[in-house]
Amino acid sequence: MKIERIKTDLLIIGGGTAGCYAAITAAQNELQDAAGSKGANLKILIVEKANIKRSGCLAAGVNALNAYITEGHTPKDYVEYAKKDADGIVREDLLYSISEKFNDVTAHLEKLGLVILKDKDGKYVTRGNRNIKINGENIKPILANAVKKLPNVTVLNHVNIFDFSVHNNKIDGAYGFGIENDTFYAIEADAVIIATGGAAGLYRPNNPGFSRHKMWYPPFNTGAGYAMGIRHGAEMTTFEMRFIALRCKDTIAPTGTLAQGVGAKQVNSLGEVYETKYGISTSERVYGTVAENLEGRGPCYLRTIGISAEQEESLLKAYLNMAPSQTIRWLENETPSKANVEIEGTEPYIVGGHTASGYWVDTKRATTIEGLYAAGDVAGGCPQKYVTGALAEGEIAAKSAVEYIKASSALRLAQGPDARFKVAEPAEATIKDAEIARHFAEIESYLSQKNSLYTTEQLEEAMQFVMDEYAGGITTGYGYTEKQLNIAKEKIDEIESLTDKLSATDLQEVMYIYELKERLTVCKSVIAHLATRHETRWHSFAENLDYPEKDNIHWRKYVNSRLVNGEIKTFTRELTAEGQKNYEHQH
Amino acid sequence: MSINIDPNICIGCGRCHDVCPGTLIKINEQKKAYIKYPKDCWGCTSCIKECPVHAIQFFLGEDIGGKGSKVHTEKVNGLIRWIVEFPDGSVKHIDIDPKESNKY
Repeated sequence: MKIERIKTDLLIIGGGTAGCYAAITAAQNELQDAAGSKGANLKILIVEKANIKRSGCLAAGVNALNAYITEGHTPKDYVEYAKKDADGIVREDLLYSISEKFNDVTAHLEKLGLVILKDKDGKYVTRGNRNIKINGENIKPILANAVKKLPNVTVLNHVNIFDFSVHNNKIDGAYGFGIENDTFYAIEADAVIIATGGAAGLYRPNNPGFSRHKMWYPPFNTGAGYAMGIRHGAEMTTFEMRFIALRCKDTIAPTGTLAQGVGAKQVNSLGEVYETKYGISTSERVYGTVAENLEGRGPCYLRTIGISAEQEESLLKAYLNMAPSQTIRWLENETPSKANVEIEGTEPYIVGGHTASGYWVDTKRATTIEGLYAAGDVAGGCPQKYVTGALAEGEIAAKSAVEYIKASSALRLAQGPDARFKVAEPAEATIKDAEIARHFAEIESYLSQKNSLYTTEQLEEAMQFVMDEYAGGITTGYGYTEKQLNIAKEKIDEIESLTDKLSATDLQEVMYIYELKERLTVCKSVIAHLATRHETRWHSFAENLDYPEKDNIHWRKYVNSRLVNGEIKTFTRELTAEGQKNYEHQH
Repeated sequence: MSINIDPNICIGCGRCHDVCPGTLIKINEQKKAYIKYPKDCWGCTSCIKECPVHAIQFFLGEDIGGKGSKVHTEKVNGLIRWIVEFPDGSVKHIDIDPKESNKY
């Protein structure tokens, strides 16, 4: 393994939707501001563990933009909707900051090449109050092409970042390795944007066998960004608000297109519409389905029987554009006009783009680690982001990071050239040789260790079984008790202690070891958060069987956490006030 | 679900390997692409869209009710044509105009 040192101004970890848009924003910001202290020479580096052309949540495409301010509505309406869906536990300031940008980023995306359906007057065709219709099959290639055209952006594909470099709570770079080129990377940066997405694969999935990765959320999103932040003491929020999607059985394809597109209602095996009984928020739709099954009225379906031939044809195409397996399923069996579509809840995910788990950030998307900004699913407090929200956060984080870089370089210049060289270490390197050696040695140990008793895959499955049975997975109908969570914590600690002995034959397998360790770190945070919130505010998402009722007196609060002496410590913070647009979070 | 790469058709261009979001596809010594980790496939079909010679098809795993149909896409006159080959030998085409948005 060779070692490569890289120096950049802005490092973006994760080249998904938020990461690509952050690069586009930062580069354009620079070009428009060529007279700035760094001129148009700001060096931007995206590091992506796959390839930005098809990485992240939108690899397969997306069939609608679900967060848009349609005519007659305002950003406030969107904030209210998201707030209601999360039953109050949101950061209004963060929601305002993205809602005000939805339409601008959409217009930009159209300019970049996204097909958006328009009526004869040239207006976007809407689906409900917040959605517009697109052909988003190629949304990632569109973003990747836009990135490729930027002269000051470099992309490192197939490089996995596994640790931040943080000194005195200030980030100055990151460590990674190329899974295909046998290279260790030590990257120094003035500012870092973390955009690695959320975490799938913590819980035993719906189909744990051959189709274990046929899941809603990308199985390659392992919570790396969360884990790296947690280990370096970043404050995190709302990990107890898990996300569980209501999906088409087996294929785990989306149900929103059926519910909103053709108006399909949720019905039980008796044909009764049950959604009205439990409510129609995201978590209530899942909960109702679980409850109907437990009470002996399963399986549950979306009622599609009787839709027109034209509707059916459109559905087959819509699913080919986002979840082709469902179309195949229909073609191999009965089509939706002839048979209702069976539905089920997925395993729980941790994902800040749908629910509110993630980094505790301010409106600039600054985390509690200086110089580290978060965007997209990794950033907390701001649910219902969807694609446009991820773009908006990418933009906000990029502008903040560029501003930070300029301010710190201006400060360095003001201090005179000598100020940078006062330290005895080689020149101005922030990452020291000894730190590189330590990280390098860790990777080498996985590659050289032989005869490990367990494989990474075995430990991953063990973790998923523990989370499923003791931390509210599919098996228990998403419910858990404090006693179960205690067992989960103990067992996750045990599994974690076994990871040091794992062995790998190449760097891809080393990546799998790091991914397992990332997931274990996130699991510990999820368990600690679930154990803290003594109420059931969101059915299924956090179904606390010791406290089955909502408790507005004590729990209209954020549950936050930090790693202190190796343990995740949770605490609460007060909610943003009604309509509050700026919540000064203490660092 | 997973994919099936036909080594007799594959030209070893490596484009599927480049785009797989899980980096699950590798190129063997015979310069043919193969999926090294079939159970880890997400089913995003990125590789199928990239393959210039239509060597890659996807199928549903038996554990999620797959019945052996194989699917791939081809570009025909600016349209994306999805081609489903059923186990009985019959074939269905669904053409999608990439310039048209989804109806739902």
